[in-house]
Amino acid sequence: MADLYTVTDLHLSLPDMVHKPLLGSAPRIDILHGLNFTIASGEVLGIVGGSGSGKSTLGRVLVRLLEPTRGQVLFDGQDITHLDEAALRPLRRRFQMIFQDPMSSLNPRRTVAAIIAAPLKLQGFDDTSRRVDRALDHVGLPRAFRGRYPHELSGGQRQRVGIARAIAMEPEFILADEIVSGLDVSSQAQVLKLLDDLVRELGLTLAFISHDLSVIRRLCSQVMVLHQGRIVEHRPTQALFDAPQAAYTRELLDSIPLPDPDQPWAMLET
Amino acid sequence: MSAFLSIRNLSVALKGGPRLLRAVSLDVAVGEVRGLVGESGAGKSMIGKAVLGILPHSVEVVAGEIWLDGVDLLRLKPAERRRKVGATAALIPQDPLTALNPSRRIGRQITDRLVDILGWTRADAESRALELLGEVHIPDPARVMHSYPHELSGGMRQRVLIASAFAAEPRLIVADEPTTALDVTVQKQILRLIAQMQARHGTALLFVTHDLGVVSKVCSSLSVLYGGLVLEQTGVRDFFRAPQHPYSRALLAATPQYTDPMAGLNPVPESVIAAVTEEVAQADRGWRHG
Repeated sequence: MADLYTVTDLHLSLPDMVHKPLLGSAPRIDILHGLNFTIASGEVLGIVGGSGSGKSTLGRVLVRLLEPTRGQVLFDGQDITHLDEAALRPLRRRFQMIFQDPMSSLNPRRTVAAIIAAPLKLQGFDDTSRRVDRALDHVGLPRAFRGRYPHELSGGQRQRVGIARAIAMEPEFILADEIVSGLDVSSQAQVLKLLDDLVRELGLTLAFISHDLSVIRRLCSQVMVLHQGRIVEHRPTQALFDAPQAAYTRELLDSIPLPDPDQPWAMLET
Repeated sequence: MSAFLSIRNLSVALKGGPRLLRAVSLDVAVGEVRGLVGESGAGKSMIGKAVLGILPHSVEVVAGEIWLDGVDLLRLKPAERRRKVGATAALIPQDPLTALNPSRRIGRQITDRLVDILGWTRADAESRALELLGEVHIPDPARVMHSYPHELSGGMRQRVLIASAFAAEPRLIVADEPTTALDVTVQKQILRLIAQMQARHGTALLFVTHDLGVVSKVCSSLSVLYGGLVLEQTGVRDFFRAPQHPYSRALLAATPQYTDPMAGLNPVPESVIAAVTEEVAQADRGWRHG
């Protein structure tokens, strides 16, 4: 299988506005410290880590919402590390993103159909209406939802609209950033099952960012564990769960409360 | 029955609208940790808010009794009720950033309640706050007393709120999804801290959550809710061994488990939703406003 992404020595730093002096430029904080990895075509990669580990920042580099400070990002053999917006435009159709909070990533004043159609129009597709219908079918929403507004939908349904908007572009790669963490278990299960089916049906490559290893285990074929901007472990899912290597991975696993009162969890120790 | 909190047939409704809680009855004994479990909209937070008397203005109690420490709160005058609740109960809220006032120092936010509601002297309240910040494992409590909320991490803020909740030795605490905003490693520390504090102080705890994993670690009993209706109430061990209600079984089947790749993440089947919706409709038959 060919590699869709090849990332070499990726560094990223952002200005630290908290410590910016009144005059002069802000000091920079290093977020990502030299990451090397590849994502194979058709792979489902889980990216995990605690808050501040750099997982969302890494995701945003992959879809080039952020520009790396150093290193190289190849997408399908093409160097996208420092491409400008005009050069990225034709590539944007090929990598799409689904956001964490559908309430703030769906325009409240637009109908579902208009939300899904907007990027299609920007990319110059002509049969937008048919593509909107097909996307709704794919995510299991009735076509009657075309005329609804985001506030009329449940959390799970809104997240489906976000997924529909991404797949309507027929992308090769989708980045999903904590897309189920705001949902309760039942809607979470529905959305994950849907993603799993879509990856198979549409031959997608998926990077799935989450802080929840139980969710990753069910969905992903590879797992990358990030801690303080470094990759501490990156292996096939089965191998990682059978024998976690890094101390941080083990700490993450031990912290997950299983729905089992007999799991030893050392609740009362200090 | 030595219930410290006893809720009898409590119904809460939108003003002039449908019911949100449907004749809920439940007890919490001294030292008991009862989980309130359900999906969003099940009414689990609403129960805690009704007890503390902090329901939104659009909502009112239409029937029932809330017995706290031998007194029916719903029969008290508002001022008496505030005093009673303030002296016996406290809340650990979900989002520590919105629960703390961003423009005031931590120390003041903990001591205000002790001084204003319970009539402590400022000096007593401050030494108590200092002691509690130590008890929740905050390094350098004296410095944190003078910090503002934005200077602390999410986990530290949640510790401050736990200290604040335990400050006046309440005998009942309502914890409303206290760890959903935190990542797993911090969640474990905070849950452990709540369990330690609860055991040490013998507090009755009403623990609102949608995470059955968390319930199995923290709670001794639980009530499963759907549409404001209590479907099942049982001890934690019995529940995880053999959940009785079909909806409880479905909820457990939807909960992911990292130890087993095939376990969990099964959506609640439509037939179960249909049956439980019918149960809710059944409960509404014969009920009318006022």
